[in-house]
Amino acid sequence: MAFTRQQIAARAAREVPHDSVVNLGIGLPTLVADHVPADANVWLHSENGLLGMGPFPFEGEEDPQLINAGKQTVTVLPGGSTFDSATSFAMIRGGHLDLAILGAMQVSQHGDLANWAIPGGRIMGIGGAMDLATGAKRILVLMTHTNKKGAPKLVAQCTFPLTAVGAVNRVITDLAVLDIVPGRGFVLVECAPGVTPEQVQAATDAPVHTQELA
Amino acid sequence: MNKVFASAAQAVADIAEDAVIMSGGFGLCGNPENLIRALHTQGTGGLTIVSNNCGTDDCGLGILLKGGQVRKMISSYVGENKHFEGLMLRGELEVELNPQGTLAERIRAGGAGIPAFYTPTGYGTVIAEGKECRDFDGRMYVLERGLTADFALVKAWKGDTHGNLVFKATARNFNSIMATAGRTTIAEVEELVPAGELGGDEIHVPGIYVQRIIQGEHYEKWIEQRTTRPRA
Repeated sequence: MAFTRQQIAARAAREVPHDSVVNLGIGLPTLVADHVPADANVWLHSENGLLGMGPFPFEGEEDPQLINAGKQTVTVLPGGSTFDSATSFAMIRGGHLDLAILGAMQVSQHGDLANWAIPGGRIMGIGGAMDLATGAKRILVLMTHTNKKGAPKLVAQCTFPLTAVGAVNRVITDLAVLDIVPGRGFVLVECAPGVTPEQVQAATDAPVHTQELA
Repeated sequence: MNKVFASAAQAVADIAEDAVIMSGGFGLCGNPENLIRALHTQGTGGLTIVSNNCGTDDCGLGILLKGGQVRKMISSYVGENKHFEGLMLRGELEVELNPQGTLAERIRAGGAGIPAFYTPTGYGTVIAEGKECRDFDGRMYVLERGLTADFALVKAWKGDTHGNLVFKATARNFNSIMATAGRTTIAEVEELVPAGELGGDEIHVPGIYVQRIIQGEHYEKWIEQRTTRPRA
């Protein structure tokens, strides 16, 4: 037993404070929106220039001029706003976002994040990842604990090109929830149902500390 | 000064080989479609293009890539264009990747007369290699340069004969800041109106930044990811 993608998203939704401004990365983080309670008053920011992003439009109501950073057609909630890219990243870099939830290829025990390039892989680009990882007040990473080849993605040192140094606060994987504590490294917060701390350690390429010793 | 040009072709006619061009848009949203088409038809080559993305294989800036007109791209994300990847791997296209916020701020700074600025984004990554890094109040920052261009091609929803521009929704993106950073800024609009029709309080880009304006036509307004929800 381990968390499914939807269970990771649901667990992540519990990390989203009421009355907060949040940016959800592309992929798994996008699923979190469906699990945030409607009464939480959470404002979604999309870095292409949208604050107060609503759900996907009804069929036939798509507006090519209203998209999110994943280039998907979206809607804007009452009270939402649109703005230029420099303003949007000033919000991010200026520390005005409470939380960014991002995907990752590797996270190190120092909180270093690698999520934009694989050596020898396809060149996709950086997009807003570096700014979000550097600028948001809190960084939550959602990812599988190991890659498709079974190699750990929680590592002592990242071997992939870095997105940001010492940026990640918490990671939720299919196996566990872990904090990155400066000076200590990975600290186990909770295991997915049916997963033991030993299994989490075995799938992690760095020491996994327990909270009791904190 | 008459800023209104009769056609996209006339508006881009003096863009010369090896020019540095900014082109607005995020993905295929808010692209200066008419101006890109005219530049493609004109066949001007050796271009350096500053744009967040580079279109897709057949849309937006993608047609300039296919036409072999681009020497260098300065972008943040290039993932949706296979032709682009081929050109880059064969060494036929120079690419400078920027973090998106750094790219936006470089353009804003360039248009505002700021030659360089410090940003925390990219510190400790390949982006900072070869750049000055400095500690401010216990945090490290990277020195990035402002960006300007010979020509900025931008797309707005409405514009008037003085070059004042108004944008719609997320089609504003890089367009409004690029308008400030072009030595010659060419705007295309869906609706060109007489000066005075747009209220001073609603104008997003004051006409001082816009040297040429055209009435656009045949907008395709592609959607890259059509996502909908079922009606309850």
